[in-house]
Amino acid sequence: MPDRRARPSLFARIEGLPIIVVFALLLALFMYTAPQVFLQPQIYTTLLSTAPPLILLAAGLTFVISAGEIDLSFPAIIAFSGYVFAVLFKEYQLGWLAVLGGLASGLLVGVVNGLLIARIGIPSFIATLGTQFFWSGMATVLSGGKSYALRGADDSSVWQWIVGNFGDPNSIAWQDQVSIQAIWTALIVLALWFVLNRHVFGEHVLFIGDSKDVARVVGINVERETIKLYTMMGGLAAIAAMMLTLENKNYFGGQGQGYLLTAIAAVLIGGTSIFGGRATLVGTMFGCFIIWMLEAGLVASGLTGAWVRTVQGLIFLIAIVFYLFVEEPGRRASFFGRFRGQAQPGRRKPTGGHAAPGGAGPHQG
Amino acid sequence: MQAEPDHAHAADAGFRHIVRMEGVQKYFGAVHALRNINLAIGRNEIVGLIGDNGAGKSTLIKVLTGVIPPSSGRIFVRDVEIDLAHHSVGHAHAMSIETVYQDKSLGEKQPLWRNFFVGRQITNRFGFINIREEKRIAQDILLNTIGFRGVGIGVDSNVKQLSGGERQGIAIGRAMHFNSDLIILDEPTVALAVAEVRKVLDFVRRIKSSGRACIYIEHNLAHVHEVADRLLVLDRGEVVADVHPKDMTVPELTEFLIALQHKL
Repeated sequence: MPDRRARPSLFARIEGLPIIVVFALLLALFMYTAPQVFLQPQIYTTLLSTAPPLILLAAGLTFVISAGEIDLSFPAIIAFSGYVFAVLFKEYQLGWLAVLGGLASGLLVGVVNGLLIARIGIPSFIATLGTQFFWSGMATVLSGGKSYALRGADDSSVWQWIVGNFGDPNSIAWQDQVSIQAIWTALIVLALWFVLNRHVFGEHVLFIGDSKDVARVVGINVERETIKLYTMMGGLAAIAAMMLTLENKNYFGGQGQGYLLTAIAAVLIGGTSIFGGRATLVGTMFGCFIIWMLEAGLVASGLTGAWVRTVQGLIFLIAIVFYLFVEEPGRRASFFGRFRGQAQPGRRKPTGGHAAPGGAGPHQG
Repeated sequence: MQAEPDHAHAADAGFRHIVRMEGVQKYFGAVHALRNINLAIGRNEIVGLIGDNGAGKSTLIKVLTGVIPPSSGRIFVRDVEIDLAHHSVGHAHAMSIETVYQDKSLGEKQPLWRNFFVGRQITNRFGFINIREEKRIAQDILLNTIGFRGVGIGVDSNVKQLSGGERQGIAIGRAMHFNSDLIILDEPTVALAVAEVRKVLDFVRRIKSSGRACIYIEHNLAHVHEVADRLLVLDRGEVVADVHPKDMTVPELTEFLIALQHKL
């Protein structure tokens, strides 16, 4: 028998292993090129305080993308929910109610996304492109384009519980700088991991991403699960928005814009399938670390900030191409067949590998 | 939906026909897709449904399984009339009717154990899946219900790794595990190699020997002739013949179908 039925390889058994290796290599590289930064603890406590919004967004997107959908509206949710929270918190002094308000606004945007996609049937790419403009426009209209400085917010229990530090607030020693939002984020991601891998909802998301037709035939309520999916994404974006607003002690309308590429890139670099049906939250975490580390590492290594986006975009594309080949053996065979084609006929297609069908399964040989 | 395999009605022997249709009509706009369909499927009978493309085979199955409602007529399941206004795929599942579609029954990138239980997971009250139990039962189905021995397929294998015949086996095994009394196979041997076809026909025989009923839609007359107890011939939305395989050889049946096409 062919080896297709052998035990899964080490790479298949440990979730996210390839990306963990890439992360370790990059980290080693940056430790070499910028030791003054990467061999100091401060960079890692900074990671803990600035990475959580990206991680929450990417964790939500992992579900969305593995369901075969996309969400482009989360930067607008960060603007809109951040605005709702900032106004309730600053103008109305509502404290924890402002947190509930911010969360509710994110859930609302998510429900609307879900309804547009599942009930009305608009492709998610278009639907969320539309809602992205609508809600970010709405946030600008309502805030009049102003930013809200939350001066003195760090005296509130909201601030201390959501983005405070564990240690003495007046100390600048690194161990006193560990941010509490890192703990919340870790707990949320852990819970999401269990939902994705062990819960009915996660299984339904994966089957929907695999094939909507199959999902319907096996009795999954595709519409309802899609609405739940976008609602969850909205809620996570709202949490990210509030962490971001509190961490900066300032709200401004454009605060979510930088996350569109980075969050999607983190998910795909991590190994979640762009075609849906397969997801890894561990991979997404390391995807986030890589995205974040590139930014810090390139600058610390002496490259200008303009390079960061370029390199992130490049790594993003390389990762997609890489996983495309790993995932679709047919494509890989036809790609390499192209090189072998003339000089040395391919193993499977003696007439020239480029004729190999793209969708052929591994068992066809 | 967390339906446990329901053993209650399996013990209940008080019905003659698993499914009966009376005077079922279906219009799609001006197209009369099903004309006055009357049929009855016995409780342990394999019924082949044959007919040319567009004869109405798929429409008939969709009406029966609640995918689309009929325009008029009555449907009985286990001799009890069903309320067509509330018929749905979930309702058909709950009544132990399950359809195995050619390409649409299994999630390609998912492991077999998930495929066995998706839509009917074994969970705790918070909706978390009991993976150990699902895998144990899936293993049992693999070995005992469908007899996958020594082929190196385990519950963690992905569907992608299976051959076409093996996939049909998994889908049929799933239906048998959930005690479906009627399993509908929608062209299970299309595009399969000969050896794979043999496997599928063996699975069909297992359905019969386990005491269930089966409606087997098939293009290839030889395949369906081999395993069916009875053949229903559908032509332009009408049941035009009800044949016992013993009474008609495959070439005769072929002649009969060709003659139908030339009839105006």
